[in-house]
Amino acid sequence: MLLLLVTFTPIVAAILIMIGFPARLTALAASLLTLLISAIIVLRFNALSGFQFVVIFPISSEMLLNFALGVDGLSLLMILLGAIVLVAAVWFTGEIEHHENAFYACLLFIGGGAIGAFASLNLFFFYAFHELALIPTFLLIGIWGTGNRRAAAWKVTIYLALGSIILLVGLIMLYHAVPASARSLDLRILQAGQIPSSLQSSIYLVLLIGFGILISLVPFHTWAPEAYASAPAPAAMLHAGVLKKFGLYGLLRLALPLLPDGAREWSGMLLVLLLGNIIYIGLVTIAQRRLDWMLGYSSVMHMGYIFLGIASANILGTTGAAILMFAHGLSIALLFGLTGEIRKRVPSLDLDAMGGLAKAMPLAAFAFGLGIFSAIGLPGFANFAAEIMIVFGAFRNGFDYQHFHIFQWATLLALWGVVISAVYMLRAYRRTFFGSSAESDLVKSDIPSGFRVPIALLVVVSLLLGFFPQIAVNRLMPTFRNYFSATE
Amino acid sequence: MSKTPWLILLAPLVSAALITLVTRPARRLSAFISVVAVLLSFFCSCIVFARPEISALEIPWIEFHGILRVPIGFILDPLSKTMLVLVSGVGALIHIYSLGYMRDDPGKSRYFASLSLFMFSMLGIVLANNFVMMFVFWELVGLCSYLLIGHWFERDSAADAAKKAFITNRIGDFGFMLGILLVWGATGSVVFDEIVPQLWRVTSNPTFLTICVLLIFCGAVGKSAQFPLHVWLPDAMEGPTPISALIHAATMVAAGVYMLVRVGFLVQASPVALAVIAWIGTITAVMAALIAIQQDDIKRILAYSTLSQLGYMVMAVGLASGEAAMFHLFTHAFFKALLFLGAGSVLVALHHEQNIWKMGGQGRNLFLTFVTFGIGMLALIGCPPFAGFFSKDAILSLAYNRNPAIFGLALFTAFLTAFYMMRLFVVVFFGKPRSPAAKTSRESPTSMLVPLAVLALLSLLGGFNFFATHFLTLPHERDVGDVAAFVPGVALVAMLLGVAGAIILYRSRIEEPLSINLLRRKFYFDELYRALINATQEFLARVSGFIDRWIIDATVVRGSSGATWSFGALLRLMQVGNLQAYAFIFGLGIIWIIYFAIFR
Repeated sequence: MLLLLVTFTPIVAAILIMIGFPARLTALAASLLTLLISAIIVLRFNALSGFQFVVIFPISSEMLLNFALGVDGLSLLMILLGAIVLVAAVWFTGEIEHHENAFYACLLFIGGGAIGAFASLNLFFFYAFHELALIPTFLLIGIWGTGNRRAAAWKVTIYLALGSIILLVGLIMLYHAVPASARSLDLRILQAGQIPSSLQSSIYLVLLIGFGILISLVPFHTWAPEAYASAPAPAAMLHAGVLKKFGLYGLLRLALPLLPDGAREWSGMLLVLLLGNIIYIGLVTIAQRRLDWMLGYSSVMHMGYIFLGIASANILGTTGAAILMFAHGLSIALLFGLTGEIRKRVPSLDLDAMGGLAKAMPLAAFAFGLGIFSAIGLPGFANFAAEIMIVFGAFRNGFDYQHFHIFQWATLLALWGVVISAVYMLRAYRRTFFGSSAESDLVKSDIPSGFRVPIALLVVVSLLLGFFPQIAVNRLMPTFRNYFSATE
Repeated sequence: MSKTPWLILLAPLVSAALITLVTRPARRLSAFISVVAVLLSFFCSCIVFARPEISALEIPWIEFHGILRVPIGFILDPLSKTMLVLVSGVGALIHIYSLGYMRDDPGKSRYFASLSLFMFSMLGIVLANNFVMMFVFWELVGLCSYLLIGHWFERDSAADAAKKAFITNRIGDFGFMLGILLVWGATGSVVFDEIVPQLWRVTSNPTFLTICVLLIFCGAVGKSAQFPLHVWLPDAMEGPTPISALIHAATMVAAGVYMLVRVGFLVQASPVALAVIAWIGTITAVMAALIAIQQDDIKRILAYSTLSQLGYMVMAVGLASGEAAMFHLFTHAFFKALLFLGAGSVLVALHHEQNIWKMGGQGRNLFLTFVTFGIGMLALIGCPPFAGFFSKDAILSLAYNRNPAIFGLALFTAFLTAFYMMRLFVVVFFGKPRSPAAKTSRESPTSMLVPLAVLALLSLLGGFNFFATHFLTLPHERDVGDVAAFVPGVALVAMLLGVAGAIILYRSRIEEPLSINLLRRKFYFDELYRALINATQEFLARVSGFIDRWIIDATVVRGSSGATWSFGALLRLMQVGNLQAYAFIFGLGIIWIIYFAIFR
C-alpha cells in the first residue's frame, strides 16, 4: 500500500495540476508527502529480509502481466533518492514564465516515473515507468530550456530513445533466454532462472549498450553535458540525480545476477570504457570553460566510479556502487540547483568572466562548497564511503602479490581520477566564488533563505550516510549476498 | 572503557557544527564556543595522558564480514597520548591568540568554525587505529587547511594558494591510498594491530614491501610538504598568521612525520625505502634552507624554515629513528609556533606589512615580542640550552653514526638555519625603522602575548631530559648510541659561523646586499611545475576536449552514423512539428513494441 502511495502521489498530483490545481503548492505538497511516505517505508523496512511491502494486481495471467511493486535494500535506496531530489527540484523551481502548470506536472511525472521504475517488480512496468519519466525530460529541455534548447532537446531525445530501444531489445532477448520453466516477467522469479552461458555474452552486451547510453557511458555520453547545460535546473537535478540512475539500477538488478558469465566476459571492455569516463572525461571536464558544461561533464565522469563498482562484481564493489548512485544523486542535484540560481543572476556562466560571488551570495557559496566537496569524495559525505568500498572492491578483484592485473591497474587510474576531479571542481569553485570580478558587483541578491530546507535535506542525508554508511550496507547486504553467494 | 577519548574528538566537532548552524551571526559567542571546546579537548587529553589504563569504545564504520573491516577506534599509546597533549595544547594557545589577532575580522565566526573543525580532524589523525580512518581525517585536515588558507577569499593570491594546497595534497594522497590498498591486499586488514601479525606477508617480498612503504610515504610527502611536493606550503602563508602557526608549522604538516612513525613497523622493515626517505628529507632540508636565505617576506622565511625542519624530521625517520623524529617534532612545534605568533604580533603592529626590509628597529617598540621571538630563534638554530639544540643534536648524531654524507648536509643546513634566522632577526628588530608604520608600532594585546610567553617557556625547557622523560614521556636520545662531544661541538661551530656571518653581513643594512636569483626564485619550482602541468594535464585536457567535441560528438553522433541519421529522419517524418506530439507517439510506440515482442 505504501508503495502504491509513494509511486502515485506525484503522478496523481501531476494530473491534478494539469486540470487546474495551483501548481507550485500542489507540487510541493505532493513531493513532501512522497518524501514522508518513503521515510516511513525506510523506517519500517526490515534490513534482514528480501523484497517487502509487495503489492500485486494481476492484469492478465495469460500474459504473465501483473502490476507488482516491492522493495529490497537497493530499490529502497533509490526510491528515497527519488523522493528527496523531487522535493529539492520542486523547491528550486522559481518563476516559470509560461505554462507553469505543465512545468510542475513534468517534474512530478519524472519523479513518479522514476520511483515507479525502482519499485516495480514486473519487467514491463520497470521499463514503462522509465519511459514515462523520460518523455517529460525531453519536454522540459525543449520548451523551458536555455541556450540552444531545440538542438539539445532533439539530441537527447534521439539518443535516449535509441538507448531505450536497444535496451528493449536486450530485455526481450533476456526474457526469451530464460528457460521456459522460469520464464516470467516477475523480477523475483526471473532471477531464479539460469541463463545458459552461451547466450549470456550477447545479451549482456546489448543490455550494456542500452543501459550505457542512458547512463552516458563513454563513448555514448555526448548527449549529457549539452542536455544538462540547456535543461532548466530542476530538470537537470531530476535527470542527472535520479533518472540516469535507472540504467545503473538495471545493470545491478538484471544484468549482474542473471548474466554473471556475460559480465565476466565483457569486464575487460567495460573497464576500458569506464576508465574513459574517469580519465578521458575527467580531462575533458578540465578543459570546460563554462560552469554548467563543467558540471554536466563531471556528472558523466562520476558514472565511471559507479561502473567500476559494478564491474568489480563482488559484494564490496556493488554495495559501494549502490551507495554512490545515491550519494552522487544528492550532490549533483545540489550543484545543478545552485547553478540554476547563479544563472538567473549573472550574464554568463563563463568561468573566466565570473568571480567573487561569495561576497554577494554567501549562502549559495557555502552550499556550493558542500556540493563540490561531496562530489569530489571528501570524507564525511556518503560519496567518500561509497568510493572507498568501490576502490577496495575493484582492487580486490584478482589481486595477487606478484603482478597487477587489469583490475588493479584500473583502480590505480581511478584513484588518479580523484585528483582530476579535485582539479576541475576546485578550479570552477575558485573562479565562480572567490577573487573578484566586475560581474559579481552587479549581483545583489543571495538565494532565498527558504532554500536552506532543500539544501539541508540534500546535505544532511549525505552526511548521515557518510558518517554511518553501515546503515545502507546492512540493508543492501541481503540483495547482493545472493548475487555472489557462490563466489564469496 | 571510557568516554573521555571520545570527548577529546567530539568537542571540537560539536563546536564547529554549532557555530556554523547557530551562532554564526554572533561572532564573539562563536569565538568563545570554539575556545571552550579546545580547552575541553586539552583537559581531556591531559586526563587520558595521566591514566595509562584508559581505553575507548570502538564502533564499526564499514563492516563486510571477512572482507573489509574499518572501525572508528582509538589507539592510546605513549606516542598518541603525548601527541594529543601537544596538539590540543598548542591548539588551545593558538585559539586564545586568535581572539586578539582576528578580533575585528568580519569572517571571525567562519574562522573559528574552521579552526574547531581542524582540531577535530587533527586529533582524529592522532587517535586513528587504522589506515582508512587515518586517511579520512588526513583528507579532512586538508579541507580545513584549504578553508583557512582561503579565509580571505577575495584576494586572488589566497584563493589560488588554497586550491594549490588541496590539489598538491591530493596528489600525495593518491599514493597513500594506493599504498593502503596494497597493504590491505596482502594482509587482509587495514587495522594497525591486525596488520602486525600478518606483516610477514608483506615483508616476505622485499620489492613489494618497498613499493608499499614508498607509496605510503607519498602521503607524508604531500602533507609534510617534502620535495617534490613542497611548493604548496610557502603559498599557504596567505592564510591568517595563527593558522600558519598551528596548521602550517606546528601540527598538520607534522602529521606526515607522525604517520610514518605510527606505521614504523612497516616503514622500518624496508632498508631501500628508508634510504629514499632519508634522502628526500635531506634534500628538502638543504633546499628549503637555501631558499630561505634570500626571501624578504617574514612569513615566507619562516615557511621555508618549517620545510627545512620537516626535512630534518623525515631524515630522522629515514635513518630509522622514530624517536629522534618525534623529539624534533615536539620541540619544533613549540618554537615554530612561537616564531609564527611572534611574527604575527609584529605584523599586527605594522598593519600587515610583511616585507622585512620595511621593518627595522622593532626591538624597542615591541619588547616582549622581541624577547620571545629571540627565544624561539635561538631554539630553532639549535643554541644550547634551548629545546632545538637537543632535538637537532639527536638527529645530527644519528646521521653521524649512520650516513656521513647526510651528516655533512645536515650540518650545512644547521649553518644555513643560523644564517637566515639571524638575518631575519637583525633586519626586523635592530637598526632604524624603515617605514612610517615601523616607527609608530605598538605592542599587541594581552591575549596575544600570553601564548607567546607560554610557548617561550616551553621552547626553553622542552629539550631538557627531565622534561622529556618525566613530563611528556618523550623519547630521548637512548638509541642514538654514544657519540663523543664531537657532534654537538661541530653543530655549535656551524651555528656560530652562521650567526656571525649574518650579523657581519646584515648589521645596519637598509637593503639586501646579496642577490642570488636562483634562490630568490625558489629554484624555479613554480615555473617548472606550471610548464609541466601545461605540457601534460592542460595539453591532454585540451586535446580531449577537442576530440570530444569535434570527433566523438560531431562525427560519430551527427555525421557518419547512418543509423542515427536515418532514425532521426524517420522520427522527423513521424513527428508533426512539435516535441510534445512526438513524445506521446514515442511512448505509445514503445508500449506497442513490448506488447508484440512478449505477448504475441
